[in-house]
Amino acid sequence: MGKIVAVTGNEACAYALKQINPDVCAAYPITPATDLMQRFSGYVSNGQVDTELVLVESEHSAMSACIGAAAAGGRVATATSSQGLALMWEMLYIAAGTRLPIVMPLVNRALSAPLNIHGDHSDGMGARDTGWIQIYSENAQEAYDNLVQSFRIAEHLEIRVPAMVCMDGFIVSHSIERVEYIDDADVKNFVGKFQAVHPLLDLEHPKSYGPLILADLYHEYKRAQHEVMTKVSGVVLEVAAEFEKMTGRKYGLFEEYRLEDAEIAIVVMSSAAGTTKDIIDQYRDKGVKVGLLKPRMFRPFPFTQVAEALKHVKAIAVLDRADSFGGYGPLFSEIAGAVMSMDHKPAMINKIFGLGGRDYLPDQAEQVIDELIKIAKTGKVEAIKEYIGVRE
Amino acid sequence: MTTKALKLKELAKGEDRFAHGHRMCAGCGAPIVVKQVLMATDYPIIAANATGCLEVSSCIQQFTAWKIPWMHSAFENAAATISGIEAMYRSLVKQGKLEDKNVKFIAFGGDGGTYDIGFQALSGAMERGHDMMYICYDNGAYMNTGIQRSSATPFGADTTTCPAGDVIPGKLQQRKDLTRIMAAHGIPYVAQASPANWMDLMKKVQKAFEIKGPKFMNVISPCNRGWRSRTDDAIMLSKLAFETCYWPLFEIENGVTRITAKPKEKKPLVDFLKPQGRFKHMFAPGNEWMLKQAQDYVDAQWERLQKEAVFSGGEEK
Repeated sequence: MGKIVAVTGNEACAYALKQINPDVCAAYPITPATDLMQRFSGYVSNGQVDTELVLVESEHSAMSACIGAAAAGGRVATATSSQGLALMWEMLYIAAGTRLPIVMPLVNRALSAPLNIHGDHSDGMGARDTGWIQIYSENAQEAYDNLVQSFRIAEHLEIRVPAMVCMDGFIVSHSIERVEYIDDADVKNFVGKFQAVHPLLDLEHPKSYGPLILADLYHEYKRAQHEVMTKVSGVVLEVAAEFEKMTGRKYGLFEEYRLEDAEIAIVVMSSAAGTTKDIIDQYRDKGVKVGLLKPRMFRPFPFTQVAEALKHVKAIAVLDRADSFGGYGPLFSEIAGAVMSMDHKPAMINKIFGLGGRDYLPDQAEQVIDELIKIAKTGKVEAIKEYIGVRE
Repeated sequence: MTTKALKLKELAKGEDRFAHGHRMCAGCGAPIVVKQVLMATDYPIIAANATGCLEVSSCIQQFTAWKIPWMHSAFENAAATISGIEAMYRSLVKQGKLEDKNVKFIAFGGDGGTYDIGFQALSGAMERGHDMMYICYDNGAYMNTGIQRSSATPFGADTTTCPAGDVIPGKLQQRKDLTRIMAAHGIPYVAQASPANWMDLMKKVQKAFEIKGPKFMNVISPCNRGWRSRTDDAIMLSKLAFETCYWPLFEIENGVTRITAKPKEKKPLVDFLKPQGRFKHMFAPGNEWMLKQAQDYVDAQWERLQKEAVFSGGEEK
């Protein structure tokens, strides 16, 4: 068993990176991810890792340097948040399209304008279609565990797809929690040696990376990229099973909390799931059959498995910590996509909450459950999309 | 040590590391520049390329002209991409995971990907001190996207975004002096070269490769499509650029500026402008002021360079 510590999410992720000891990290500071790379820089300065740190002049260059480094043939990581991820956007596609297994903690934060440094999921959702694996974490322990697993997932020889490990800005990145660290040797053994595939640094077998592909083949290439993504679930579960053997901590594509016999369900990601679980317990005590589904792997999205988990539920509330202006919340759209395949479709509502770090409070979860109880009884949905915790 | 003899007979025997059969336009200056750069040395080289003419024409799915490891990722980030590759090399060598083979790292970019959108990444990579060389092949516009103005476009030029019209007669601003800006980064080696003066260019490449740290080289690279010149004018025009002092050949090594070749006789700028259709309107009646302004700028720049520089070269032969 590893040691138990009291650390922030950022600290835990920096420690995971230290244990993993990537060959290159290219980074640019941004709140609330700054502290993560600062701590890691300390490990570099003190010779505790072998990492070559490239302290670039922007996040665009951070991802560009990561792409170059990964193509060169080694283990690569960076971290970012919000505007930083938005500035990387172009390069996120290139990292994924080039199949470079870069790993990046993303400390979720709102996007401008107006400027806001606090947590919501609009950054991650903006990168939804870039071809990266996206794994969301509820707390510091999950962020740490997911980060360790993500190297195995991204670097898996059957997929080689970059992965971002998300945690809520400030709520998780800056709050001190109980975290159980895995022993260094176990992490090292679990992550294993990096296996380079077609490295640029193989001088005897020169490779050309990043060709121009026109209408004759681009379409096929993109389909191939999707097909690779369909293999990710299997890899995630395989890695999770091994991780469980090592730590006893179980991970899946999503977490089901008291969902098995639930009549109504809340779907919510990351830290808000914790609060929701408490309220669910209270309602269960009152005899209300309510459960929770907490997506862990958001990309690729496990539509069939989610549909299976929700098939017996009468009404679902999807809570989105990001918005799509003129549309439903992004998580809602995914759940609606999953529900599409069900024979008996549950009623669905979408609540946008917690934007820009607005607190998600227990009584908001209560209101949502009360509304779901009503919908389950009457079958009537008054408003599909609403904002909660908003000043009128 | 691979400072090989720069004798045509010997060089011609060497293997091309940028292969024939690429799809650059006939008469383009860029592949000549690339060939000269790669031919100058036997060091193993890894190159990154900004999106642009050179990149789209040299590596199209299933075909590559690059016989060396090569990477293209985006338009504005060749410097950042190569800095990542170089960092990985250093990391793996330091960790003993890779044998040090004295690999040299080069980024190639056109003027758009260097002077403009790629400027930030370039400046950052230079400041960080990566052991790399950045080579800008400067054709003075966004030629790959259809001859739009860049900040390297010379004064007066007619481009598709600054067309010579009745009210605005082409580009009204002078070029950005990127070579000098790069020198202001305080990096160990900055140079300006021309494919017409191939010996000068290759000597500069050789010299640069012996210097550890970031190097920058700006190379004039005629584009007959954008310059509206004849297909076989690339070397003639780069020679005229040198002879008119429009494109002086110099280097700045550890802060010391050296003119590496001087024309026997400084020719008037019109000799360089006249064969190019993009300057045609400047010769129309009423536009004499444009020719004067262009000449004045070149004269002032040349004066300034001569004042700053020590002259180390011989007369042009």
